[in-house]
Amino acid sequence: MANETAELHAPELHAPSANPNEVSYLEYQGKHKGILGWLLTTDHKRIALLYLMAVMTFFFVAMTLGILMRLEMLTPGETIMKPQTYNSVFTVHGVIMVFLFIIPGLPAIFGNFIMPIQIGAKDVAFPRLNLFSWYLYIAGGSLAILSLFTGGGAADTGWTFYVPYSIRSAQNVSMTTSAAFVLGFSSIVTGINFVVTIHRLRAPGMSWFRMPLFVWALYATSWIQVLATPVIGITLALIILERWIGIGVFDPALGGDPILYQHMFWIYSHPAVYIMILPAMGVVSEILPTFARKDIFGYKQIAISSLAIAIIGYLVWGHHMFVSGMSDTGRVVFSLLTFLVAIPTGVKVFNWVATLYKASIKFSAPLYFVLAFIFIFSVGGLTGLVLGTLATDVHLTDTYFVVAHFHYVMFGGMGTIFFASLHYWFPKVFGKMYSEKTAIIACTVFIVGFNMLYFPMFIMGYLGMPRRYFDYLPQYQGYHVFATVGSWVMVSGIVFMMGNLLYALLKGPKAPDNPWGGTTLEWRVPSPPPVENFDEIPIVTGGPYVHDRPTYIMKPSVELKHTNGDKTIKPTTEEAVH
Amino acid sequence: MNQENELAVEHHEVGHVHRDDEGSKLGMWLFLFTEILLFGGLFVLYSGYRFAYPEGFVAAAAEMNTFIGAINTLILLTSSLSVALAIAALQRSQKKLCTSLLWFTILCGFAFLINKYFEWSHEIGNGIYPKGPALDNMSSGEIIYFGLYFTMTGLHGLHVIVGMTFIGIILSFIYRDKITSTNYQKLENAGLYWHLVDLIWIFLFPLFYLIH
Amino acid sequence: MAEQTAEHALEHYAPEHSAPAEQHAAGAGHAHMQGYGTYFMVWLGLVAFTAVTVTIAGLNLGSVTLITALVIASVKSFLVITYFMHVKNDSAILKVFIGICLLVFVIIMVLTFSDLSFR
Repeated sequence: MANETAELHAPELHAPSANPNEVSYLEYQGKHKGILGWLLTTDHKRIALLYLMAVMTFFFVAMTLGILMRLEMLTPGETIMKPQTYNSVFTVHGVIMVFLFIIPGLPAIFGNFIMPIQIGAKDVAFPRLNLFSWYLYIAGGSLAILSLFTGGGAADTGWTFYVPYSIRSAQNVSMTTSAAFVLGFSSIVTGINFVVTIHRLRAPGMSWFRMPLFVWALYATSWIQVLATPVIGITLALIILERWIGIGVFDPALGGDPILYQHMFWIYSHPAVYIMILPAMGVVSEILPTFARKDIFGYKQIAISSLAIAIIGYLVWGHHMFVSGMSDTGRVVFSLLTFLVAIPTGVKVFNWVATLYKASIKFSAPLYFVLAFIFIFSVGGLTGLVLGTLATDVHLTDTYFVVAHFHYVMFGGMGTIFFASLHYWFPKVFGKMYSEKTAIIACTVFIVGFNMLYFPMFIMGYLGMPRRYFDYLPQYQGYHVFATVGSWVMVSGIVFMMGNLLYALLKGPKAPDNPWGGTTLEWRVPSPPPVENFDEIPIVTGGPYVHDRPTYIMKPSVELKHTNGDKTIKPTTEEAVH
Repeated sequence: MNQENELAVEHHEVGHVHRDDEGSKLGMWLFLFTEILLFGGLFVLYSGYRFAYPEGFVAAAAEMNTFIGAINTLILLTSSLSVALAIAALQRSQKKLCTSLLWFTILCGFAFLINKYFEWSHEIGNGIYPKGPALDNMSSGEIIYFGLYFTMTGLHGLHVIVGMTFIGIILSFIYRDKITSTNYQKLENAGLYWHLVDLIWIFLFPLFYLIH
Repeated sequence: MAEQTAEHALEHYAPEHSAPAEQHAAGAGHAHMQGYGTYFMVWLGLVAFTAVTVTIAGLNLGSVTLITALVIASVKSFLVITYFMHVKNDSAILKVFIGICLLVFVIIMVLTFSDLSFR
């Protein structure tokens, strides 16, 4: 049988045995049968679904915690829980949302499923490591949940674990931080896997500037995952050591500097927000050309801007610490650098809008989510500039203004696109189609509820309502009640949306291979894809968003045999695989 | 990264990996970057505190045994040599020489850890350890110095153990001919990890032992 | 506009250029074989630098000791990375990556000290 490894050099010039590709990846029974075929799989698509189930579960847990928080905030003083409980609830809400939903959500699910197909590969570079990252994720998530029920209850420090309180608190801080530590490893493993995959496994002809923008986004994200996560790893480990044996490094009573802790924490956690948003921006760059039915505007600029955001993202962490006691020099430096990151972000937004200009727009659920995203993310991003400005930040920091800002960018940003991705790739992943009309209604309810919930927080914060406060002055109650009602509307929208998708999964009609007319490689394989994605590795002959002619040769052994130079490809100046 | 290095395969096992030495090496280096930044965080803290407490650091460093530190440095440098030579030996199909050198490397690791054990015992015996009695009379700078000392050398020691284990596993692969003179990226990767352990110590040594 | 038939162009996409005789396994790395002697020389250099740095530390030169120690440690690291870790013979992209990693560390130090040195 043909040498498998030859595929690294050239696609097979005769068809390989197509045995595993006769059925979809969902139905395939390989070395392990039944549930073991999922728990021991190394197929990137199955791992993506394992992640999907886990991520959605944790999302709903954290969402419930959020609902409980909003119920508590209906009235000043105690409404449904004690102050101590409230502190733990918002801490765990943050830990789960940040480390179990927003950071891994897009890369681990859609990155895993779609990216290898988009570059014309059969899997990622290290499939077993991929499975390992999922087990790390489950372990970390379990630790987070476990911390709720052991040793006095979950940490009540906020997900930021600031010292000295995180050292002194009687709650189970060590377990909650261990959870985050393990989850960091999961993230690192995914990052390493994706960087090597993108460098080494692109199909012949797919130069860097022929890659889909989702892949560019994942590449930039993966670098941040690799280079930033270890810093929080060591920081959290030091918290645990501090609590255990009192090394003194962060304990002011022993000479430690709490501000140094904040530096170490934010050195990761700021780049982390770019881990959260870059993949989402990548998805936007996928959805827009598909439904605009034209090439994306400024492909190169969008690709480079992903890298620029990743790089500049390392330079700005101090803007979380403006009132911590940092030196004035430091504060000015960080404020100035913070403005820089708006530039590549602006480049993306302008290019997206330009893509829609004079386009033949096809309306659909995924596009609807994306349009909502552009509005919501712009609000979030602009308010970020307000917070990045030193003079205004000293008044707004630690108020509800900040809470509104980050929910607009993180939830309204990544969250909306998470829903968009679900709707965009659902037919590909499951081979079923959902009701578009229901999806659009659900999305509308979600967006209305989202804005009802979070917009008042801008005003509240501006008027002085502090964040993470269990109690508040009566003048804020109106805003809180409005926001809580908004939370109910928003959650209804989400539940409705999920219900629609679940129904489609069970009873929906079969989806075609390419329901949207997409031009990237995942739309050239069956819905759902076969186990090895491709019968033959395709050859790439052009960019990813070209609508008027094909830019892939899907069956080179067949299509190239009988050519006399008809089917030509223009080799790129750079060598393909680096 | 332990990669299956199957070449032509008869069965079409889903998820089997094509051999890609360059990719394997790249993956290993990316992992090393995470280790560099893990320790990097500690080096940032060290720098910050040394800047804040210069006299405390000098005072505390007087407790250190520069001689043992220097010996340990030489041990690790030599072990880096032996692992590099081991790879060279395997490239030249000298399997016996290769495995001997790898055993020597592990031996060096043991020697390092034994030295560390004596050092730490001595310090702990004198009440010098986090929350230990000797620290009650010390300034903040000294307390932080020892906090960092135990954390950083402890974490480093942990990595020495991991490195030795890694090399041990590689040895078993060599004995079973899963690593050969034409297929030895795993050995290279283990070597890379070991060199990193050496690199970290190259910086730990002057920062903790050579403050006078 | 130069065009080539696909088969011909396919030769351009092999990730490894034509392999030397002893390494024809697909996907195999191409290590240049460094002589045993090179490794010994590097080791001697490392030992020498260690001796230097220990000696200088004993000379009580104040703050110069720190700078010198760090410079020497950096030189030793360069030797280990270049020769023991074979980076000398590795692809350009790997060298760029190492540079990026170190740059990130430097940035973190510099920006943190933009706070610490001015308090």
